Amino acid sequence: MPGKPPARTSKAVDVASGSTTSDPLRDTDSEVAVVIDGVSKHFGSVHALQSLNAHIRYGCLTGLVGPDGAGKTTLMRILTGLLAPNSGQATVAGFDVVDDNDAIHVATGYMPQRFGLYEDLSVMENMRLYAQLRGMDADRNADLFAELLDFTRLAPFTERLAGKLSGGMKQKLGLACALMARPAVLLLDEPGVGVDPVSRQDLWRMVQALTDEGMAVVWSTAYLDEAERCDSVLLLNEGQLAYDGPPGELTARLTNRSFRLEQVGDQRRAVLAEALDLESVSDGVIQGAGVRMVLRADTGSEQITALAGRVDAQLRAVPARFEDAFIDLLGGGPGGTSALAEGLSPVELASDVAVSCRDLTKRFGDFTATDNVSFEVRKGEIFGLLGPNGAGKSTTFKMLCGLLKPTSGEAQVVGLDLRRATGAAKGQLGYMAQKFSLYGLLSVRQNLEFSAGVYGLKGAARQARIEEMIDIFGLQPWLSAAPDSLPLGYKQRLALACAVMHRPPVLFLDEPTSGVDPITRREFWTHINGLARKGVTVMVTTHFMDEAEYCDRVAMLYRARLIALDTPDALKRGAVSDHQPDPTMEDAFIHLVEAEDLADEARSGATV
Amino acid sequence: MAQHNSYFAFTRLRAQFIKEVLSILRDPRSRMVVFAPPLLQLLVFAFAATLEVRNVDIAVHNQDTGRWSYELITRLDRADFITRVYRVTDSQELRDLIDQGKVIAALDIQPDFSRAIAAGDNGRIQVLIDGRRSNSGQITASYLSTIAAEVGAEANAGTGPTTPAAVRNWFNPNLTYRWFIVPGLSGILAFFSALLITSLSIARERELGTFDQLLVSPTSTPEIIVSKSLPALVIGTMLGLLMMAAAAGPFQIPFNGSFGLLFVSLVLFILSVVGIGLMISAISATQQQAILGAFAIGVPAVLMSGFATPVENMPTMLQWLAQAIPLTHFLIIVEGSFLKAMSPGDILASLWPLALIALVSLTMATIFVRGRLQ
Repeated sequence: MPGKPPARTSKAVDVASGSTTSDPLRDTDSEVAVVIDGVSKHFGSVHALQSLNAHIRYGCLTGLVGPDGAGKTTLMRILTGLLAPNSGQATVAGFDVVDDNDAIHVATGYMPQRFGLYEDLSVMENMRLYAQLRGMDADRNADLFAELLDFTRLAPFTERLAGKLSGGMKQKLGLACALMARPAVLLLDEPGVGVDPVSRQDLWRMVQALTDEGMAVVWSTAYLDEAERCDSVLLLNEGQLAYDGPPGELTARLTNRSFRLEQVGDQRRAVLAEALDLESVSDGVIQGAGVRMVLRADTGSEQITALAGRVDAQLRAVPARFEDAFIDLLGGGPGGTSALAEGLSPVELASDVAVSCRDLTKRFGDFTATDNVSFEVRKGEIFGLLGPNGAGKSTTFKMLCGLLKPTSGEAQVVGLDLRRATGAAKGQLGYMAQKFSLYGLLSVRQNLEFSAGVYGLKGAARQARIEEMIDIFGLQPWLSAAPDSLPLGYKQRLALACAVMHRPPVLFLDEPTSGVDPITRREFWTHINGLARKGVTVMVTTHFMDEAEYCDRVAMLYRARLIALDTPDALKRGAVSDHQPDPTMEDAFIHLVEAEDLADEARSGATV
Repeated sequence: MAQHNSYFAFTRLRAQFIKEVLSILRDPRSRMVVFAPPLLQLLVFAFAATLEVRNVDIAVHNQDTGRWSYELITRLDRADFITRVYRVTDSQELRDLIDQGKVIAALDIQPDFSRAIAAGDNGRIQVLIDGRRSNSGQITASYLSTIAAEVGAEANAGTGPTTPAAVRNWFNPNLTYRWFIVPGLSGILAFFSALLITSLSIARERELGTFDQLLVSPTSTPEIIVSKSLPALVIGTMLGLLMMAAAAGPFQIPFNGSFGLLFVSLVLFILSVVGIGLMISAISATQQQAILGAFAIGVPAVLMSGFATPVENMPTMLQWLAQAIPLTHFLIIVEGSFLKAMSPGDILASLWPLALIALVSLTMATIFVRGRLQ
């Protein structure tokens, strides 16, 4: 079976017109780069992929979208010939992934999640190595190298060790290496993870240029907002294809169903809870001072108009987002009432400042992880620490809750330095660690009992509290299971249950929603909003820019420094420009980072 | 909520203790590490690890035709430790057998052997030993010279009485090697079990990320140390007792000492090992590092403890270092309790160093755990 050469002529796909590009009848051989035909893959009893059918075209950026565990990486690895499907067939650039395995490696460029770079080699040495691995003579390809370096803007850094590059530069170098053999099909596994928004923009630009040349590019991502930028989308959920087609077509189904209540102000959490409990509302989130709502299909806007009248806020129709469509596809989000917060009596704190830090600095050797950070968090506030990986979020967070000793400066929670605090002071704190740190060897119930015991809950009160948690979070069917066997969403619920069982007035959440599907994320925020309304102070780190919208105030960290601290709305307002009348949090972040970089350059003189 | 302020709260301690026990018992890997190898090793070591020489082959090149060489070879044939005696006809063959490792020693009996003895002179035999197996070779040589001496004594019986020294071995009359090795093994195996359980305990939590969770909770460092020590202490002591029971039971090694004192020594011994294990665990970032650390400390500790080679033979510096190893002191106690009725005074002389080591290592472990908060 000879492979069709990739169409090098630009074959633009008209997304805006919402034409029937997903119609298989229109697929001609010259356009189809990847054919996935009834592919299934299971690992033991886990069904990673269930009879998947899809086509991927040349000259087209295809997003492989879905929450963690949806089967994205499994599909990627099947397409690169690293895994054999249990049933079904897949061809890439005309080669069967199982039978023509060797040809697949030539026809595809694959960038795995973890870069796949040799950290002890320089940028240039990495590129030469990849060229040689592809059987190319590195010395005769100076032109190609120059082109790739120019393309990725890595030319000034050829002598730098790959291990010393930033996350974004690593991704670009990984991309350069994957492009070495001019593949017909380029597969990128979550290239946006760990990359700051500015570098991510760069990656988008590069991928756009490649598809314009006629290459088929597959970009896998868990961020639903990235899906909107793809020409076509394969939406995966629990191993099944939930949608295949241009993202615009999916969001078009939600025309006239998305609304926003503007300037709701301090009561926005109560309003959201009320809205979510309305019959006609399928989904809702907080956006700065406003509340964004999505109506169920075939319902009118009467209920929310009435709600707008009650709270004296203006109701405005807004364009639908891809995430709205995804949630709608899964049957809508959860309700707005948090049973967890219902049972809680309002929190009393002696001081009005729940968390504070002054000139907080942490250095590891000559690397500064947190540089002179100061802020104060008021009681009952949801305070977000936002920034790309490696910006110093976790370090700052750990110093605040006493897990790290600051190099200089001080951090206090409810007026106490937790590193020297007594048990009583630590009991004021609830902490949910990154990746839901649970005891994998203990059952779900034993985990709950351990948390109750370690926070000093005894006897009948302890049993009552544990039963309450089991009830609220629906853990009954999982009680004797090991936490590792739980679906991610339930793991998150259990971790939250363990963190709030002793009813702490201050709650620390480190990346609480990473890898969790959007519906579970909404449910989680329902609880957090409920707790905040009762006066619980919540400190949260996240790299989901849209989640920052739930926060009262957001501290933006970039390269260990606090570059901005304000309400989400104020941050977004700062980024308003002619071509960005309604910027997102991500736009706001990029705006701030660019300003910061400019200021940096100005400080260090005009040297590059 | 006054109890929250104290360093120890029963509720918190109980929750952590249950968590630790479950972590050890529910983890199939740690179950394997903790229970299967020690019992397997006890059997393997008790039967296989021996410094006695048994089942060896030797070669004889007999150039003599007289009575005394015949007498000597007959005795070799009958000797328990020799499986087979190769009779060869030239010295080249003799060398080949040693070269190929078929025999550990070779005897070259000179033509005038019997004649010289008959003349009242000393008969001479050349003994070639395989130096590649130096230890066994030396022991074989000493066995052989005993046999030669017996032949000599018989030859001289007519001419004059030479009474050879009568040796009596106290405490272990037949020098049964197993009597020496099994009580010591019970100490070593309990040592490794306790060391592994504790060195994994904090590292496992750090790997899972639950250690941070523990540190931000109201629990205090001493509570963490106590809750991690207790299960290891219980399991280590049980294993030690089990192996001692095996020594006194199936292996029929005489137990003459005081069980009470031995039990107290065992508990203190395991406690000091637990401290060392927790120190290793506190500075390891992963379970892999912890296991490597446990072996990096454990193996030299066993070698220097006096189990294989006497502590007195080591350079002075290392002898001091050996005093810091809990196993050194415990071996003295356990071997003394089994084979001789060690007096309480003697046991106390080895007991207080154990108590001191336990105190120091547990304190250090507490400091190390606190130090991780930097």
